[in-house]
Amino acid sequence: MAELGTLRALIRGFVARPGGPQPFSPEGVQQRARTEGAKVFRSVCPYCGVGCGQLIHVRDRQIVNIEGDPESPINRGTLCPKGAATYQYVVNPLRQTKALYRRPYATSWEEVSLDWAMERVADRVKATRDATFVERLSDGTVVNHCTAIATLGGATLEVEENYLIKKLFNGGLGVLSIENQARI
Amino acid sequence: MPGLGTSFGRGGATTFQQDLINSDCILIMGSNMAEAHPIAFSWALRAKERGATLFHVDPHFSRTSALASAYLPIRSGSDIAFLGGLINHILTNERYFREYVVAYTNAANVVSADYRDTEDLAGLFSGYDPATRSYDSASWGYERQVGADGVALPVRDITLEHPRCVFQILRRHFARYTPEVVESICGTPKEQFLQVAEALAANSGRERTSAICYALGWTQHSKGAQTVRAAAILQLLLGNIGRPGGGILALRGHASIQGSTDVPTLYDLLGGYMPQPSALLPQQSLADYLATAAPHSGYWDNLPKFMVSFLRAWYGDAASADNDYCYDYVPKTVRDHSHLATTYEMVDGKIKGMLVLGQNPAGGSSHARLQREALARLDWLVVRDLYQTETAAFWTPAAGVDPATIATEVFFLPAAGPGEKAGTFTNTQRLLQWKEKAVDPPGDARSDAWFIHNLARRLKALYATSVEPRDRPIHALAWDYDRSEAEPDSQIADEPDVEQVLKEINGFTWPERCQLADVADLKADGSTACGSWIYCGVYPGEGMNRAASRVPDQYLSPDWGFAWPANRRTLYNRASADPAGRPWSERKKYVWWDPLQGRWTGLDVPDFPIALPPDQEGNPGASGMAALGGADPFIMRPDGKGWLFAPTGLLDGPLPTHYEPAESPVGNQLYRGQRSNPIARFYRQRRDNPLAGPGDDRYPIVLTTYRLTEHHVSGPMTRWLPWLSELQPELFVELSPELARERGIRHRDWLTIVSARGAIEARAMVTRRLRPFRIEDRTVHQVGLPFHWGYQGVATGSIANDLTHLVLEPNVGINEVKAIMVDVRPGRLRDQRLVQPSLHAGETTGPPIPSGQDAPDLNRRRNE
Repeated sequence: MAELGTLRALIRGFVARPGGPQPFSPEGVQQRARTEGAKVFRSVCPYCGVGCGQLIHVRDRQIVNIEGDPESPINRGTLCPKGAATYQYVVNPLRQTKALYRRPYATSWEEVSLDWAMERVADRVKATRDATFVERLSDGTVVNHCTAIATLGGATLEVEENYLIKKLFNGGLGVLSIENQARI
Repeated sequence: MPGLGTSFGRGGATTFQQDLINSDCILIMGSNMAEAHPIAFSWALRAKERGATLFHVDPHFSRTSALASAYLPIRSGSDIAFLGGLINHILTNERYFREYVVAYTNAANVVSADYRDTEDLAGLFSGYDPATRSYDSASWGYERQVGADGVALPVRDITLEHPRCVFQILRRHFARYTPEVVESICGTPKEQFLQVAEALAANSGRERTSAICYALGWTQHSKGAQTVRAAAILQLLLGNIGRPGGGILALRGHASIQGSTDVPTLYDLLGGYMPQPSALLPQQSLADYLATAAPHSGYWDNLPKFMVSFLRAWYGDAASADNDYCYDYVPKTVRDHSHLATTYEMVDGKIKGMLVLGQNPAGGSSHARLQREALARLDWLVVRDLYQTETAAFWTPAAGVDPATIATEVFFLPAAGPGEKAGTFTNTQRLLQWKEKAVDPPGDARSDAWFIHNLARRLKALYATSVEPRDRPIHALAWDYDRSEAEPDSQIADEPDVEQVLKEINGFTWPERCQLADVADLKADGSTACGSWIYCGVYPGEGMNRAASRVPDQYLSPDWGFAWPANRRTLYNRASADPAGRPWSERKKYVWWDPLQGRWTGLDVPDFPIALPPDQEGNPGASGMAALGGADPFIMRPDGKGWLFAPTGLLDGPLPTHYEPAESPVGNQLYRGQRSNPIARFYRQRRDNPLAGPGDDRYPIVLTTYRLTEHHVSGPMTRWLPWLSELQPELFVELSPELARERGIRHRDWLTIVSARGAIEARAMVTRRLRPFRIEDRTVHQVGLPFHWGYQGVATGSIANDLTHLVLEPNVGINEVKAIMVDVRPGRLRDQRLVQPSLHAGETTGPPIPSGQDAPDLNRRRNE
């Protein structure tokens, strides 16, 4: 988040008020778009399935703006209110950026290191799989599956991530209940 | 996807959004397109500006209705009656596109003499087994006659007169769906219904085309796949598939719903719609799987190439012809492993661990109270998201529970957001668009690719010394996604190379890893690897990522991204030409046969063997594409025809039939003895899924759910944003002035909504947008409820899904949240005379349900 002073300066620049800078005042003319000099990356809106093109502006390794891609044949630069708010979805002080752990029966989270969490998740996956894996049904039918683990999610993720989820959990671990939001 | 897949061959929208501009008439039904897919709707509006007629049929008047040429109200859950009425109108008034129907659909096919229709069996098709509540589809097959060469071929009557031909069966099946019956079942005024029927008929044929747009208003029902089927039948009869301005546009609700089905994170599919092997079928060897998993005529005859290449992509060097390419390693299904069926297994303690990646079952899945209960029965849960979703916080007091009673171990791993990872989304029109990574995610946030990649590396290390046969798949799994060089400007050293993943999904030669340009290059001998054959061509050579191409033009934009299959924008486009290969009309010219060059040509990539002449006879007895002739446009169907009648593919019948929802205010007017879908899964033996019974006057009001523009599904991507939360700060329910007067509810007052599963509170929005219907001489009220709220984020509110139930549609296990029965009462939840029972025996947590002897008893233990 911007420092308070910076924010005030920004507000002074953008809000015309009695006694404040006017749009064509020398001060106003000196204002620059926050996208000026930014590096532009091509992206796609993360919300519904329409697939509107977005441009992401980056300055000093920070996203400073996300807007509709005027060249996209689907949205021609337009975005709906959700798509237009994508910037605040990604640049938001309420985002959780640390790994958290909640012990059985605990009343609160503990902040943990990513490495610690990953090690334990791998342990849990292995322990559950090892305890429940079925190679054959009682009639001898080969199944090689694990029905005690489930994964959920994928329609908000990238195609490549979906591929890796299915490959690891189904192809590697034998997990069957791999599911996402898609139905019909 | 089976509604579209069974009818046409592929489970995807047949057209693309920008092509709506070429429509002469657009029917939007089961979708509030203006508010849920606003930018897609702009294309429908452009069509209207050019003179197209735009209809909106919906339980709820919305901005879509306001901008349509006409709005038609409909009682939620009666869509098949409306569509069946349209089909009947087209048939009885001879308004179908006869040449198209005869040549390109299975209308002429004669069906087995053993087939009995719902009209013969009072609402059931032949083959019904009441003990298992399922159908044996044997009697739904075509009649076959043994030809001179000894091969049994389907009997066809192109006069369409044979009493058992599909066309005549269709006529009889829908004969009772008259405008009067439509009005009586749907509540839609007959005159308005006829206006739509006439407009569709007038705007279809050689010179004109009509399109249909739908979304979850059609699918989230106990007969959702059949509703889509009804639209497919209508569009085939009108000759609107494969043609510009025609088609069926499925409006997907998430950025990559289509992608996560094509490259599936689904229990019943492998890459590119190949079925997951099942222990319930004779699929114990690769040969048996290939013999049973797909038809042998038409394009699916290539299954061995797709499957062997897929196994090569998964198991790399370990796969060989001698070991069935590691086919044994692929786990076999033993039952329905879908999300909602799995929910019951979680409640029963059969699932020990779960990983939730960018989804929110605690608020977003049906019967959310039971979802949270199910999470509390897990040993461990991993949640990956940008924010602490309802699912991540299901164990906290915010969820209305005492953490000290919940044993589940929970890991929250922060996820990367837009611009913080590279990769592809596949949108609603099958278009793959690559997204560039702009910055690293903050702190410990990582992409889901990073998570899976590093979990895989850790598991491979943990299992490295195992000699157990069961652990061989983990050893064998080909996992070559380490970056060859560090990502520029990134501090994350162990981020995998997702471009390498896309290259593998596209396919390459083995072991040389030369990218494949065309699905035709796939081999069944292990010399190619391919993660999803339908994506072949997206990465045809080194440095050639077609998903990342960005060259727009004024219409098809073939170099903007890559549309599967083979960059075709409109599917089945062979049907845009007449049987002789000529455009049906100059106005609707799209793909046609060029006799001079001896090939198909046109605006789009032809969805047809490029050099197969239109007059080439098919050989229905042959296997593969030789079975199809030059006038068989639906190449993914074994007979090359669009299926008006589906002999196989759907579990609940070859034709759509009107059934009432699982909870409904009225009986089935067409089949008195068969109220709801006979093979929907009700889970009636369970105590934790109570349903309002027929005519249950405790819950007399129909409730439907829908989206608002400013929020996304259960809110994890929007209710943390002050901008959007200020625009739509709190949950409201829309109800008619008549109902409000009846219940003493004033606009903006609090009210409580009660279903058999639970109760929630919301603000009253008294509005003419909802209206009461007269159905069977009684007034039926409807209320409308957005479903975006929960107990986390900056804008909180009741969870709509605490009201909904867990009855599953039989084909895909979709929930029925668009039509349930409730009551509304004035006042806040806390002021109601309600007890606080729980799904646990002896505990008193969770949202309340009505007190008194009428209260459904959730306390009793379930029958296991």
